[in-house]
Amino acid sequence: MSATTRTKAVGVETIGMTMRFGAFTALDDVSVKVPAGSFHALLGENGAGKSTLVKCMMGFYHPTSGDILVDGHEVAITSPRDASALGLGMVYQHFTLVPSLTGAENLVISREKVPGIIDWRRERADLAQFMQRMPFKLPLHVKVAELAAGEKQKLEIIKQLYLGRNFLVLDEPTSVLTPGEAQEVLGLVRDMTRAGGLTVLMISHKFHEVTAFADDITVLRKGRLTGTGKVSDLSHKEMAAMMIGDQPIAALDSRAPVPVGARQVLTVKALKAPDRTGLKTINIGGLDVKSGEIVGVAGISGNGQKEFLEVLAGQRTRDGGDVLVKGSPYGASRSEARTLNVRFIPEEPLRNACAPKMTVAENMAFRTFDLNEAGKPISWIRMSAMRDYATRLVEQFKVKTASLASPISSLSGGNVQRAVLARELTGEVDLLIVSNPCFGLDFSAVAEIRARIMKARNAGAAVLLMSEDLDELLELSDRIFVMSDGALVYETPIAQASVQTIGEHMAGHH
Amino acid sequence: MEATEIGLWGVPLAILGGAIRVSTPFIFVSLGEAITERSGRINLGLEGTLVFGAMTAYAMAVMTGSPWLGLMAAATAGLCFGLFHGWICKFPGVNDIAIGIALMLLGSGLAFFFGKPFIQPSAPDLPAIPFGGWSDIPQVQAALNVNVLFLIGAALAVFLWWAFRNTRAGLILRVVGDSSDAARAMGLDPNMVRLIATGVGGALAGIGGGYLSLYYPGSWTERISSGQGLMAVALVIFARWNPLGCFAAALLFGGAGALGPALQSVGITQGYYLFYAAPYILTLIIMIATSSPGRSLAGAPGELSITK
Repeated sequence: MSATTRTKAVGVETIGMTMRFGAFTALDDVSVKVPAGSFHALLGENGAGKSTLVKCMMGFYHPTSGDILVDGHEVAITSPRDASALGLGMVYQHFTLVPSLTGAENLVISREKVPGIIDWRRERADLAQFMQRMPFKLPLHVKVAELAAGEKQKLEIIKQLYLGRNFLVLDEPTSVLTPGEAQEVLGLVRDMTRAGGLTVLMISHKFHEVTAFADDITVLRKGRLTGTGKVSDLSHKEMAAMMIGDQPIAALDSRAPVPVGARQVLTVKALKAPDRTGLKTINIGGLDVKSGEIVGVAGISGNGQKEFLEVLAGQRTRDGGDVLVKGSPYGASRSEARTLNVRFIPEEPLRNACAPKMTVAENMAFRTFDLNEAGKPISWIRMSAMRDYATRLVEQFKVKTASLASPISSLSGGNVQRAVLARELTGEVDLLIVSNPCFGLDFSAVAEIRARIMKARNAGAAVLLMSEDLDELLELSDRIFVMSDGALVYETPIAQASVQTIGEHMAGHH
Repeated sequence: MEATEIGLWGVPLAILGGAIRVSTPFIFVSLGEAITERSGRINLGLEGTLVFGAMTAYAMAVMTGSPWLGLMAAATAGLCFGLFHGWICKFPGVNDIAIGIALMLLGSGLAFFFGKPFIQPSAPDLPAIPFGGWSDIPQVQAALNVNVLFLIGAALAVFLWWAFRNTRAGLILRVVGDSSDAARAMGLDPNMVRLIATGVGGALAGIGGGYLSLYYPGSWTERISSGQGLMAVALVIFARWNPLGCFAAALLFGGAGALGPALQSVGITQGYYLFYAAPYILTLIIMIATSSPGRSLAGAPGELSITK
């Protein structure tokens, strides 16, 4: 039924691709060559034109000028359907699978021609046969909602291959994966390109992934091609220079030593809470964070970190146990957070830390709008004070926004995170709780946000950092805990931390 | 009088018979609502559709003498109501729940307006099949006198349960209900799918209304529906959007509805009015028992506005 007969990869080339939106040139004369069977990385900051380029290739946009060659022949791609017919497919950063359908149902229904009545016995046999040719092993009878992020990503890739597409654009494929999952997925994808059955164009800004898996790179900056070459000939520094030009990158403060006898700020004892499914509980035996240190919590997503964080943030009720901040019980109420100087930078800040449709100024004032300069409650809110406050913070934290009156949801991910950081890091901070702060952000935003966190630490804040990015934890933490199956299973000071051991504990092999 | 012959056994028997008799409109409305909600829309207007269907079926049956033509008219009227709901809801910024409430009132109002001349005349009933012929006991015979619509409803539940997994239409319905984005990425038009799903849901609710006026209670009055249309919506949630669950839940609600009359028939005169409230109390209890502050409903279509 499906067009899985095509097993040879196709190569794609763009010549002089230009795309203008009104007066704005998103893409300026970009020529990229991705030969059949290669693993090509497309690098660039947010807004550099990467997605515009691939959307032109996939038929979502119609380029102002420029040509596309598939296997050396000039083709006209005017719709995603045309791209699909030529064997071009795209795996999006956000999953496009239907959560309540099983893997098999997702695959079958995405086909061009689906019979009115589906003969599942035959379909299952066909799928089993198809899966034998795939390097991925996946349970197809399970609902997609129950798959881990890594499995979903594999299923997205498998779906494209099932639909007979042999040129795949992967849009930041590892942004939702753990290091282990990322390694596995990219490794298998590379093996398929080596075998000649697949061509990959991967959008990324993780250098270590590019170095480890890609053959060639193309770098875009502000819509222009700024570099191309073999990965083996380029260092990270050279790639970064192509990507960001001569723009300065925020450097991490050197780590001030944790003072001896630093006071304990956060204490968690015997904390119990139900997890998302309500079937299991998370159980944090004991955790403490001292002033001036960053304690990292590593773990594969879905092992209870999110629930732990939700309890600390007051988004989830707990069954038992104590959370103490500077010795006083902490229930995450607004007044407690205010008197104890607890600040919070959750993951997906637009969802968890902002009111998306309210303005930038209003969002930045959430902590302080009802206080006057002396910190006393006021009964009339002064818009001018809110605006002045926001103006100051926007400048200080370099938040790029069209205006303070724009809804915060109109900002890019990096700027939403900067705005939240500005709000949370301004004023006295004794305890800072952070979760995946750099998720999906580009190079310079990541460097800057990490530098801010380090600065807060050096200024004496106790920082609890949960992250699925092990590199981030190793870079920032003073101590690392590993969370697995709802409990903290391993603790190591940074000096003795080894990726190997931490990885084993993350996988629950101990 | 005869009830005393089999004594208190009359109560469970009457509940069984009642469950079969009372549940039929629940079955049709809830299956219709299940189809609509699986597509990602909620149609609260089915209460109005039910009442309008009851009136249309009765009026048509009076005028033509055929209950089947009445039923078809009811289904057509329901289809129109459903399509209207589906069409309005495609516009951005329109809330399906608010439109549902408006259509509920509109449907009832129109039914009362057009139904006035049909309160007096009597219409032919829908046929029932006597499955109780083997027994001499009249209560057993009465309980097992099963209307064909009940059987059709049962078959429909099984068919839908099968079709949600095994047909292209069923899978498309679930895709649209769970993720508009994924549906669009597949080249499906979510609004069109929802329009059809709401239309079919309305038609089934219309048939449920026809059963009310043409079989049980079997006449057209303005108080013919006592909130069955609304309860059916609760029932779909309780049944976790599963057609077989809808069928079982409809039987349960039907049985609860029959509790009051059954107790009355064996001579309990005190407080039986309280038992008339059983279905409503059951609705409340089920809603409380199946909800939880900590997690969202398992199995809920992702696009449904009440569970988002």
